[in-house]
Amino acid sequence: MKRNILLTILIAGASAAVYAQGQGGIRSDVVKTGEKPTIAVPDLRGSGDAQKLMGVFNSTLFNDLQGSGQLKMIPKTLYPVQVPQQPSDFRQGGPSFADWSGPPPNANYLAFGYTAAQNNQIVLYGWLFDVRQTNPSSAQLIGKIYLGSLDEAGSRKVAQEFAADILKQFGATSLIGTRIYFVSDRSGQKEIWSMNYDGSDQKQFTNYRSITTFPAVSPDGTKIAFTTYPILASSRNANAAQFGKQAQNLGQPQIYVHSLESGRKLVYYNQQASMNAASDFLPDSRHLLIYSTANAGFSQIYETDLDGGELHRITHSGSLEVEPKVNPKTGQDLVFVSGRGGTPQIYRMSIDGTDVSRLTTGEGDAVNPAWSPDGQHIAFSWTRGFEPGNFNIFVMDVASRDVVQLTHGAGRNENPGWAPDGVHVVFSSKRGRTTQIYTMLADGSQVQPLTTQGNNEKPVWSKSTQ
Amino acid sequence: MTDSSRLHASKPGAVTLVAPLLFTVVLFMVVLFAASCAKKAPPPPPPPPSTPIATAPPTTAGPVIASFTAEPSTIEPGQSSTLRWSISNATDMSIDHGIGAVQSQGMRQVFPRTSTSYALTVRGPGGMDSRSVTVEVSNAPPPPPTVRSPQISGNELLSQQGQDAYFDYDMSEIRSDGRDALTRDAALLKQILQQDPNFSVVVEGHCDERGSAEYNLALGDRRATAAKDFLVQLGVPADHLKTISYGKERPQCTDASENCWQKNRRAHLSAGQ
Repeated sequence: MKRNILLTILIAGASAAVYAQGQGGIRSDVVKTGEKPTIAVPDLRGSGDAQKLMGVFNSTLFNDLQGSGQLKMIPKTLYPVQVPQQPSDFRQGGPSFADWSGPPPNANYLAFGYTAAQNNQIVLYGWLFDVRQTNPSSAQLIGKIYLGSLDEAGSRKVAQEFAADILKQFGATSLIGTRIYFVSDRSGQKEIWSMNYDGSDQKQFTNYRSITTFPAVSPDGTKIAFTTYPILASSRNANAAQFGKQAQNLGQPQIYVHSLESGRKLVYYNQQASMNAASDFLPDSRHLLIYSTANAGFSQIYETDLDGGELHRITHSGSLEVEPKVNPKTGQDLVFVSGRGGTPQIYRMSIDGTDVSRLTTGEGDAVNPAWSPDGQHIAFSWTRGFEPGNFNIFVMDVASRDVVQLTHGAGRNENPGWAPDGVHVVFSSKRGRTTQIYTMLADGSQVQPLTTQGNNEKPVWSKSTQ
Repeated sequence: MTDSSRLHASKPGAVTLVAPLLFTVVLFMVVLFAASCAKKAPPPPPPPPSTPIATAPPTTAGPVIASFTAEPSTIEPGQSSTLRWSISNATDMSIDHGIGAVQSQGMRQVFPRTSTSYALTVRGPGGMDSRSVTVEVSNAPPPPPTVRSPQISGNELLSQQGQDAYFDYDMSEIRSDGRDALTRDAALLKQILQQDPNFSVVVEGHCDERGSAEYNLALGDRRATAAKDFLVQLGVPADHLKTISYGKERPQCTDASENCWQKNRRAHLSAGQ
């Protein structure tokens, strides 16, 4: 619960504003982000050979904590001169808690410690204190030893682990180690790629050399489903093979499932249909939500098991039904995009197809719904207030249907996906000639570009570390 | 929507004419290229075994033809073969068929029209030697696959004369201009199928860039299906028609303008497999 304090606060703040403006109003200004814990993180020092690694260490620690979006970082210029290196420093007439909890830093929390080179390892002694306490024994929240190799990688590792422990104290999930799967055309064709939460270590995952898109990752992080146009084998006529165009004929789009552990393709039997597209995994990671023309009519929503069997049709309409996404908490509520009312809008229903209601107002195009990890909110793309195609990212509190707009006219913004921490949102945006992937906090602040090469789109944020 | 209908009346027609023409030219060049490649294909046979220089030289060092080869030994009319030779202890060396005197090491390209035996004759203080090689000129190769063969003819006809059916934004209903286009397409397809009863057609559905990729996949599927159903109503056999939706993944125009968007909201016919 704690981990969504920020979001709940910002949505609540927005809701108040919405009601003040009358039903259906949308705030266009940046939402007030509420109170965050304030923390001071003075640079740590290292003894012996560890000192030369402290530049990497201190910047990693500070950036991870700041990047979480869940702490208010106190500027280093406001810190007292005397910086503690271990708890005993507070007892020797040195620095006092008040130096940190009082002005100018006004910190609630202080992270401190030191490193040393021992047995060819870097050893971090790290502490987190609640400096508003009067009694040092009750102030300590973290006091821990971390070990890493005596190099930059090792110092980065111990800094990330220390940051993760600190974030955990505030109910935050660390994103360190999580992967973002996305579609990139940088190889010449659209393929699935993956990268770290901060954009580092970008790797190509598929090599189908046609059009591969719409990735979905299972909640347990072991499998990925996506949609590919298979390249058809050589043609019936030997002459035709001499025509480049003929050789490149593509088959109808199909669902592929791969293991993220081995990278291998798993068996998935596609329906006989002009199109099959993967959309989402159920919380058990053993069933897929897809949209398909298996009915030989308009694209409809279905559930299948992991090899394509046990087909259940969920919608029965004479309109386009796409992008089903299941509530990760309940496993019972779906949101999806339907053209049944005219322009595509976001609807909600039970997984058995009953209790259908429209969530968006009917204005513009509303597409790309994505549930937050707590199952309370959806992020989505909406052209409301803009020309067709000019999407912005919105977040809706599904219970109240109040919406907050996160992007504001900066390019074409689509395919929002939630980070496992429920606080960050990843999305794609065309802000120049190309489409690139960005992250931001769920209040629209701290926008960070992650990609630069080619066009990159359709990000999904996975707990997977593969 | 009215704007797009008006635009459609002139613009897309012009584009559909130019694109197939270009494609045809490229196609023709590909045929030529592929055909000429095929002619060069026969693998050269291994060279004949050369006479080892070391074997039993005459007591007075007589002239020796160490090697005399033609490569390739089999050619097609108009192609060349290369004669190579290596001679020792000779003062007077010549090859017939108008080549004449040659040096002791050398090569020469020849262009025989028919199969020809080239004789190398050498003389020296120790006597004389001669050797001949034959360059086989094969019969005329089979003609390259021509644009007259049914499959290619169908492809060509379709890419030259096939017409796209255009759609309104977010719609998959066939407009009146689309009916006209598909009516002409139906007649064309029946003509092609008469020539080549095995011919198959892919009806592609495309969308402009403005909708979401996911929704456009489903919308393009409807456009392709609507066009296919219309063709079937006009008597084109359904089992020769297959649909595929490219959504907005294969636009033929990438500007952000209604003119361009209209070009991309289409059903397009291409040859299947």
